Amino acid sequence: MEELDGEPAVTVIPGVNSKKNQMCFDWGPGEMLVCETSFSKKEKSEMVPSCPFIYIIRKDVDVYSQILRKLFNESHGIFLGLQRIDEELTGKSRKSHGRQFSSQVRGVTFVVLASLCPHQFIEVGWSLLPAGHLLLHLLDWVRLHVCEVDSLSADVLGSENPSNHDSFWNLVTILVLQGRLDEARQMLSKEADASPASAGICRIMGDLMRTMPILSPGNTQTLTELELKWQHWHEECERYLQDSTFATNPHLESLLKIMLGDEAALLEQKELLSNWYHFLVTRLLYSNPTVKPIDLHYYAQSSLDLFLGGESSPEPLDNILLAAFEFDIHQVIKECSIALSNWWFVAHLTDLLDHCKLLQSHNLYFGSNMREFLLLEYASGLFAHPSLWQLGVDYFDYCPKLGRVSLELHIERIPLNTEQKALKVLRICEQRQMTEQVRSICKILAMKAVRNNRLGSALSWSIRAKDAAFATLVSDRFLRDYCERGCFSDLDLIDNLGPAMMLSDRLTFLGKYREFHRMYGEKRFADAASLLLSLMTSGIAPRSFWMTLLTDALPLLEQKQVIFSAEQTYELMQCLEDLTSRRPVRGESDIQQLQDEDIETTKVEMLRLALARNLARAIIREGSLEGS
Amino acid sequence: MEEIYAKFVSQKISKTRWRPLPPGSLQTAETFATGSWDNEENYVSLWSIGDFGNLDSDGGFEGDHQLLCDIRHHGDVMDLQFFDQERIVTASSTGCVTVFLHHPNNQTLSVNQQWTTAHYHAGPGSPSYSSAPCTGVVCNNPEIVTVGEDGRINLFRADHKEAVRTIDNADSSTLHAVTFLRTPEILTVNSIGQLKIWDFRQQGNEPSQILSLTGDRVPLHCVDRHPNQQHVVATGGQDGMLSIWDVRQGTMPVSLLKAHEAEMWEVHFHPSNPDHLFTCSEDGSLWHWDASTDVPEKSSLFHQGGRSSTFLSHSISNQANVHQSVISSWLSTDPAKDRIEITSLLPSRSLSVNSLDILGPCLVCGTDAEAIYVTRHLFS
Repeated sequence: MEELDGEPAVTVIPGVNSKKNQMCFDWGPGEMLVCETSFSKKEKSEMVPSCPFIYIIRKDVDVYSQILRKLFNESHGIFLGLQRIDEELTGKSRKSHGRQFSSQVRGVTFVVLASLCPHQFIEVGWSLLPAGHLLLHLLDWVRLHVCEVDSLSADVLGSENPSNHDSFWNLVTILVLQGRLDEARQMLSKEADASPASAGICRIMGDLMRTMPILSPGNTQTLTELELKWQHWHEECERYLQDSTFATNPHLESLLKIMLGDEAALLEQKELLSNWYHFLVTRLLYSNPTVKPIDLHYYAQSSLDLFLGGESSPEPLDNILLAAFEFDIHQVIKECSIALSNWWFVAHLTDLLDHCKLLQSHNLYFGSNMREFLLLEYASGLFAHPSLWQLGVDYFDYCPKLGRVSLELHIERIPLNTEQKALKVLRICEQRQMTEQVRSICKILAMKAVRNNRLGSALSWSIRAKDAAFATLVSDRFLRDYCERGCFSDLDLIDNLGPAMMLSDRLTFLGKYREFHRMYGEKRFADAASLLLSLMTSGIAPRSFWMTLLTDALPLLEQKQVIFSAEQTYELMQCLEDLTSRRPVRGESDIQQLQDEDIETTKVEMLRLALARNLARAIIREGSLEGS
Repeated sequence: MEEIYAKFVSQKISKTRWRPLPPGSLQTAETFATGSWDNEENYVSLWSIGDFGNLDSDGGFEGDHQLLCDIRHHGDVMDLQFFDQERIVTASSTGCVTVFLHHPNNQTLSVNQQWTTAHYHAGPGSPSYSSAPCTGVVCNNPEIVTVGEDGRINLFRADHKEAVRTIDNADSSTLHAVTFLRTPEILTVNSIGQLKIWDFRQQGNEPSQILSLTGDRVPLHCVDRHPNQQHVVATGGQDGMLSIWDVRQGTMPVSLLKAHEAEMWEVHFHPSNPDHLFTCSEDGSLWHWDASTDVPEKSSLFHQGGRSSTFLSHSISNQANVHQSVISSWLSTDPAKDRIEITSLLPSRSLSVNSLDILGPCLVCGTDAEAIYVTRHLFS
């Protein structure tokens, strides 16, 4: 990068003593963290207790301004429209659509920025314009820019005697300065009505105004014809000046001088002109109406100098305009990037120009080209805003090289305080097949839900992310609760798992185990028994749970009728042996463990006994003839 | 589509509701309330669409909606309802339920009553107190029912400091929305795709009925009851599917209609023309479903934005046993005879449409693109 264009401003942070201690800082997406270190600036490295706070520094950006938010939202819609059209069209028609969009953007900007200070408003003369029309566009721009005319005009016309109003001549002068000669003529006719003495010269002035040749869009004259006519008209005005026709009325005389393009006369009206580009346009209107775009910047520079007259120096915005009049697009973008506080304008401008193929892209080491770089900056800025992040998503979509990666990084860091917001973020990720981010966000939400004991929510998040591991975790929680309390919590969830049961083995087990309890409650013992057995033999029951399952089998074994067949009983015994054989031999242990062991041994013994008895009964029953 | 006015309001709108008209009034809707979300400072605002005659400072159109007054709201506005002509109840993401009072003489809003710990995960007594967002609120003067992410149902009464009844752990997942069926009965939808009916006359903490789909447990986000037939209920799900249920029979929906491409946030029957249904969704569209059967045969070329649709009908048994003298067009299961005409009302796709409301011929909706759309000629 070249040398700095100006001295950076120094901002003092209250509470941080930068003279005493060194500061450390780190940049964030839209903010900066600053704190004092314990290293003092003096030579001796004493550990001085410093300010214990960390400061978050944020530029008081107009991203938070109400009106600019409207602008961001509307331009977001237009941006998307442009990208989509671009995907459909090719070649030549792009330019015309580009023009259409540029006027849309201009339209939006006008509507929204009407109440902002004019200095924040920029317009660029598109080089798409054919020669001759440039002035018309510049005039339009000036007229829209300076809105006080309408209120002044309403004021004056609304009064009883308009021509005696204090601001009457000011109004007429402004109308002439803006090239609104028809309206000026109407005002003059009121003056003519009011004072018959000056009726004559008012009429002459009115005629002059009427006959001024201008290029209108529908006109079929050539430029040369126009120039000749204009020259003729100019000479006529000169003659009136020489003959001192308007000497009796100094107002009319100064109007005449203005219409002759006399610079001194124009400069006298500095207050009414209010800024140098207005001066430029008026000057061009009355001295060179057929100016070509390439000559514009000569006039621009000299107008700026004349208007400022050495009293003040040009502001950054003036530099932007000068660059614009030279049609040096890169310079415009550079100046705007420095002067404006957010990336909105340069990002959209560059995108528009890129679509019209007017921008020679420089390849930067960051991002694929300038357009993408600016869009990335703009979108990152949007993500720093608590609310506008949704707009940023679409901008990232249209940055081919780094957009997706940036989006992935940003979207995971959006704070999610309600489920509804989380759902919106997830929908954005799913639409773009960002499965990693979906899983990560769902895991965070599921963890939060588990911590708050909302097991149903946790399960629904795991289902959304198709996260089998988490579903297993939730099921384990349920099972643990059951073991501790002896009954299931949240039956409404477990009873109605539906196909989600298949997500993880543990979940399936949970569902089936609950089904077993239901069957037992409905006294469908045979079904319950075979289900219980299949839970163990199929292997979906975790080993730790086998004891519980076998204990659940006890009442079935103790029933009057034989429920488990011999075959099934053999399998149960097999499971029991599996379980007990694996148990490690305990060494020295305390009383509690001894007691637990006792219980365990008792249980196992009871089971063995019950199984043996059942086996006996089953064999007898199966061995007997039917009916006996 | 007839004139639909859009206005950008610099805040993302989460809820919009028309102010109810006094009973027997012949006026059309004039005032609506909105709640914002996701801002550092959220607002509940009242807007008016009365004629103003002259242009406002923004150069807006005649008939454009104007802000009457607003008031700061702590947390996102998760749900908003008019309690009566002057009072608005809101549900906040901080778990607080607030009643705002509108003073028409000086056009201000003030806080009338507040229940700050209506919804929480760990209670106010415990050391790890954490609040839970309150997701839905419904009013039936003088009662207010709220539901939240903590799975809790609260029954409040205006001017009573404490809750009249609280059902803790009514649901193990998040309750997304609630509506009244008959006066002592409410219906809630949750994020595992179940509808639960609760009867406040019963003492226990169990629902009196549970309905759900047998397929995937798709979370349900919104519910609305048919204005005349209290057993007909419409729900919208996370996959954008619209389901019509008859709660008197079976546990399954009467029809499933494939609708939006993303979450359906709100579904509303038109209060006076219940053959018309409106839905809005995260995919940025707002649809008008017209099931009125006395519509003359239309060709398949609809006006811009409209499209016809076939609908999946999932009929269940016992239909023949029901003696219905008035057959609701929503419960009808003959796809050949009854075609539902669906029209998309918004001119272009935008970000999510979060909320909509209809009253008479007027419709209002709010979007994440920070715009409010109003139309006063819904049926012309």
